[in-house]
Amino acid sequence: MDAPSGAGLGGADPQLQRFIEVETQKQRFQQLVHQMTELCWEKCMDKPGPKLDSRAETCFVNCVERFIDTSQFILNRLEQTQKSKSAFSESLSD
Amino acid sequence: MESGFGSDFGSGGGGGGKLDPGLIMEQVKVQIAVANAQELLQRMTDKCFRKCIGKPGGSLDNSEQKCIAMCMDRYMDSWNTVSRAYNSRLQRERANM
Repeated sequence: MDAPSGAGLGGADPQLQRFIEVETQKQRFQQLVHQMTELCWEKCMDKPGPKLDSRAETCFVNCVERFIDTSQFILNRLEQTQKSKSAFSESLSD
Repeated sequence: MESGFGSDFGSGGGGGGKLDPGLIMEQVKVQIAVANAQELLQRMTDKCFRKCIGKPGGSLDNSEQKCIAMCMDRYMDSWNTVSRAYNSRLQRERANM
């Protein structure tokens, strides 16, 4: 049986394999939430008050969106750079 | 609850020696939850120390303690806000695919 990532883990048990895939996905999500919370806290929080005011809340939401945008932008531009120059290593070697 | 994955997952005594996948999955889920809680606590402590403690004194005074308590709640609020926002974004991306 040909399996994608996780092949070898969980062996022949499809239940365990599925479990590993799902939990890995969940963990990726959790890790990014931890990371973005940390980053956005620096940008959006002044002095911690009795509640999260709407301005700070909006800032957090924007921060998440812009972080994802940044990530996508970087990937896209990297891809373009690799296409326009014959080899990426060429641009690295100067 | 033993820490680490090296612990014995088999059911009790030396009977069949067959591993129960259900039991393994449950134990792994617990380990993951613990790890996530630890991560959250670690980052929260870092952030709230930075926000609330100026020049470290001989003890945590009342204002510092109040600040830390509020900071903890605000950090949780922030975490939840980020989690919701990220989830929405992911769903939007999937809908556009």
